Amino acid sequence: MDKQITREIVTNGLWKQNPGLVQLLGLCPILAISTNLINAVSLGLATILVMLLANLGVAALRNFIPYEVRIPVFILIIASLVTVVDLAFNAWLHGLYLVLGIFIPLIVTNCIVLARVEAFAAKNDIVHSSLDGLAQGAGLLAVLAALGAMREVVGSGTLFSGIDLLVDGATPLLLFGEHYPGFLLAILPPGAFFALGLLIALRNWIEGRAAARRQRAAAVVPTPEAGTA
Amino acid sequence: MSHSPYLRDSRSVRQIMLHVLAALLPGIAAYVWQFGAGILLQLLLASLTAVAAEAAMLKLRGKPIGLYLGDLSAIVTAWLIALSLPPIGPWWMIVVATLCAIVVAKHLYGGLGQNPFNPAMVAFCVMIVAFPSLMSQWPAAGLDLSQQLDLILGGSRPLDAITAATPLDALRTGLRTGGADARVAEIVQGPAFGLIGGSGWEWVAAGFALGGIHLLWQRIISWHLPAAFLLTMALTALLLWGMHPERFASPLLHLASGGTLLAAFFIVTDPVSGATTPKGKLVFAGGAAFIAYMIRSFGNYPDGIAFAVLLMNICVPLIDMYTQPAVFGHKRRSS
Repeated sequence: MDKQITREIVTNGLWKQNPGLVQLLGLCPILAISTNLINAVSLGLATILVMLLANLGVAALRNFIPYEVRIPVFILIIASLVTVVDLAFNAWLHGLYLVLGIFIPLIVTNCIVLARVEAFAAKNDIVHSSLDGLAQGAGLLAVLAALGAMREVVGSGTLFSGIDLLVDGATPLLLFGEHYPGFLLAILPPGAFFALGLLIALRNWIEGRAAARRQRAAAVVPTPEAGTA
Repeated sequence: MSHSPYLRDSRSVRQIMLHVLAALLPGIAAYVWQFGAGILLQLLLASLTAVAAEAAMLKLRGKPIGLYLGDLSAIVTAWLIALSLPPIGPWWMIVVATLCAIVVAKHLYGGLGQNPFNPAMVAFCVMIVAFPSLMSQWPAAGLDLSQQLDLILGGSRPLDAITAATPLDALRTGLRTGGADARVAEIVQGPAFGLIGGSGWEWVAAGFALGGIHLLWQRIISWHLPAAFLLTMALTALLLWGMHPERFASPLLHLASGGTLLAAFFIVTDPVSGATTPKGKLVFAGGAAFIAYMIRSFGNYPDGIAFAVLLMNICVPLIDMYTQPAVFGHKRRSS
């Protein structure tokens, strides 16, 4: 496996083509489920799993799928994988299953899954496709986690609320004491848009600074060369 | 988006803002007289926060701090926020509200002259969505100063004995709990109501009206906005009151309570986020009053003016586009 390509796939998923912040795909679960960190991370992990397996499956079967009916076949593959994940949550993480509810089955309709299958897995081999699914999923997970943490801390002053659904007897952190009144707006749907907007702005700001630095570096480099020539 | 004619009077922003601040004083005086001096502390907190936030944002944006801070627009925003929020809210509430207005609604959109939404109303909406219970705690008349200071600066939250519902809230709750038997005429006999509006609030409203007349006389605001706002509010209320006097409050109650007069003279008249053409002003203020009445009478929030103003703010480019006056010497829509 070429190191260059591998690195590109990973940086695309995590930063350059981040599904949440750059492609802006899969916003419905991002906005709806990121009311706290545990929900966000759980749904992110489920999505990573589905993306990894969907990319793997489609890459393996890509030479047997007729081009004209590829989308229904992709959806069929994704839907069966999501059903497996849904049943697994129901069996082993039932408390969390009740909280996430409809959003696990809805991973089927999450356009980021279909987008990666169509744009990447249908054209590349198994190893690279799996890596792409993993990297894109991780990018989404990072955004979900950041959003979930932001909204939970501001909105209810806690972190890891709902952890008892995963670990028995664990209690969430109370960051601002028991009398924090709660900034309800952050928990409500508008808060999701505000927080996502802030994250996108932050990413663009970092990217803008990096671009400016590259430009400065490029402007400085030619001078010594000119001197030696 | 502003359109010709570009004739402006020669007053500076600072002078205009000074007139606006002066015009708010009668209302504030009535407020202190009726509800105690707690509001003064809120005004102070809001002003300090606004100045600090304005200075910080100007520095971050690389603008001359002294020049823009001196235009006093931040203080006007701060005062309007303090006058719209409950005067016995905890100190951090007014601080957060003012930060929302200055940092988010004003400077993130490009500063004075660029903001599409009225900053004070953005702050009010954020607060009412985020802290609905704190935003509905208003002081009962006759609350003494030490109790008010305790509520604002201390952590304790008030008992029912020292807070009261606003008249509009009392009306809504009365109608809801009374069911089909509730009658407006009986509800307005309650302690929250005074001669025509809310007990005590009608004096505050009169103070704002006095200040508004000063602004009209100084030609700082044009008559279109307050006239369209008050008339639409009165006519909508008159229509529904005329049909069902037992279910809907009288136009006078609507004019004298809530923020109607404050909004008519000081909020819809914001020159930045409102419509600019004369006809557009009528549409803008009339629309705001109509939506405000609807939210008040049929919605769940204590008052609908803030939401109404923001909704109309979104429509301003459209309103301005369709209400451009004809160019002199041309027929309408010749272009």
